[in-house]
Amino acid sequence: MSSSIHILGGSSLVHPQELEGMAENISAIFGLRAIPSRIEPDLRAAYDPSRGQYNSTILLSGFLERAPAGPDKHIILVDVDLFIPVLTFVFGEAQFDGTAAIVSTHRLSNQFYGLPGSHELLLLRLEKELIHELGHTFGLYHCRQFECVMRSSTYVEEIDIKKALPCPDCAARIHGISGRNN
Amino acid sequence: MTSKHSILIVDDESSVRDSLSKWFREDGYDIGTAEHAQAALHRLQERKWDVILLDIKMPGMDGMELQQRIRETGTEPAIIFITAHASVDTAVQALKSGAFDYITKPVDPDHLSHLVHNALRQTALSGENVKLKEQITEFFRVDDMIGESVAMKKVYELIETVAPTDTTVMIRGESGTGKELIARAIHGNSQRKFFPIVTVNCGALPEGILESELFGHERGAFTGAQYQRKGKLELVDGGTLFLDEVGNVDMKTQMDLLRVIETKQFSRVGGNQIIKVDFRVICATNKNLEKAVSDGTFREDLYYRLNVFTVVVPPLRERKSDIPIIAQYFVRKYSQAMGKAIHSISPEAMDMLVRYDWPGNVRELENAIERAMVVGKSSSILYGELPIQVNDKGKIPSGGSLAAVEKEYIRRVLEENHWNISRSADLLQIDRATLYNKIERYGIPRPS
Repeated sequence: MSSSIHILGGSSLVHPQELEGMAENISAIFGLRAIPSRIEPDLRAAYDPSRGQYNSTILLSGFLERAPAGPDKHIILVDVDLFIPVLTFVFGEAQFDGTAAIVSTHRLSNQFYGLPGSHELLLLRLEKELIHELGHTFGLYHCRQFECVMRSSTYVEEIDIKKALPCPDCAARIHGISGRNN
Repeated sequence: MTSKHSILIVDDESSVRDSLSKWFREDGYDIGTAEHAQAALHRLQERKWDVILLDIKMPGMDGMELQQRIRETGTEPAIIFITAHASVDTAVQALKSGAFDYITKPVDPDHLSHLVHNALRQTALSGENVKLKEQITEFFRVDDMIGESVAMKKVYELIETVAPTDTTVMIRGESGTGKELIARAIHGNSQRKFFPIVTVNCGALPEGILESELFGHERGAFTGAQYQRKGKLELVDGGTLFLDEVGNVDMKTQMDLLRVIETKQFSRVGGNQIIKVDFRVICATNKNLEKAVSDGTFREDLYYRLNVFTVVVPPLRERKSDIPIIAQYFVRKYSQAMGKAIHSISPEAMDMLVRYDWPGNVRELENAIERAMVVGKSSSILYGELPIQVNDKGKIPSGGSLAAVEKEYIRRVLEENHWNISRSADLLQIDRATLYNKIERYGIPRPS
């Protein structure tokens, strides 16, 4: 049975055509068809007025309640500031070894940090984070390799260090897993 | 990453437990959760946890009390407290009660990540430290003295009694009886065992050098003192100072030594700065210090300061039943060190070892075994491989005539009694005239 990766939602910082390009790269890495979609997720329930941020766990579980059953992976793209209850923020969150993940562009842009903007850098960071969170949905843990896309990143400069590719070990795991899903 | 480290998350808020679980599970940690203190204690019984993230405020038993309970279980996970509201008081209390650190929700992901890494590193180091301490304890236990004779059991009892105290100990015994081993055993079983034991061989150093060795010196204190040097007293801080052959210390240094033992402070030679130190004194001597005091060559006040608790080490000839196990111990030791497959001592050789009087005590026995191991070619130490001194003195001729055996036995008794004819005759149960006759008949030479 073949499965696909659905990239849902969007970001005001990213053009849909740019997302198409990323989908091709994602497709090449995971060996599955990646399809961008303009379906807008409902963010209202996840908003926490005391923090002025969106609870990514609530967003993800809300989506999963309505998501179609099946092996397809879904990654939601948003541009709002995400958090999980104990942390000040997250770049994204994934259902480990599951079917859904979420990524935000909010803290990926240089402007957020008061630095001169770089659209190219933003796109690169976003692509890495999409691959990273999707990797978790394939059951991949954080990787110790500095340049591996599955390396944990707790601040934005760490995203810049790694590549938009998994290391050979992580790639082998992805192919082992996605191969089984096809 | 497939880390095997484990983290237990204890928090009454499910959202906190869930989000932390997810966050750390992506790092490959083994994660456990507990919604209250009782559940946490239950999880702690199931397995060992490296790090515990612990909410301070929970219904029922709070985080502080739970931490106390965790410590009582004897496990040493690194505990990181989680608190909702930053409070200096809470933080200080948490750290004072032994927590690794605390975090205030919400926490920066990078900070949390580093905190857990550091906590895991500390847990690993603590584990390593415990192992090393166990090894040190094992080292002292194994490499202690050997012997199961009544005399040695008495020595062990004395060591056990005095070791945990901070009392000054004087070890007395002949040369080669293992006085330094006794000192190390006392130190190794004392509260100071994780600090050094520093040995000063008072007999081996001339007057001025011993002073410098003990107290150190400042640059230019004397000709040749080109650099400042720390003395043994500075190095021993926290540990045990072992003064070997203390009976050989000159009168001037005796006075300085007395002062430093009493005040626990001193100055380097040529210096004015007062240095405070904390140490225990163990000393050893094979001299008759009482006689030295009466002769005026050893200070009486220092004698009383040092002679607080005495351990007398019996000479080997007074505990001959220990010779076989000590000899076997040295065979094992040198077999390993030399890589030679010699594992035993032949019955004839052992018989000779037991008969010999060992004036050089355990040290001489060790040398004898070492030399035999060097020349040995079979799997056992043979009679003929033991050093000649042992050979000559201990040998009872086997296969010889009755006269030859009698001659050798009389010679040995005479030698053991320093040619005291009356005592030797008593031991041989013959009269003095008969003994004289036999000496003459067998031509036993009297040593000059």
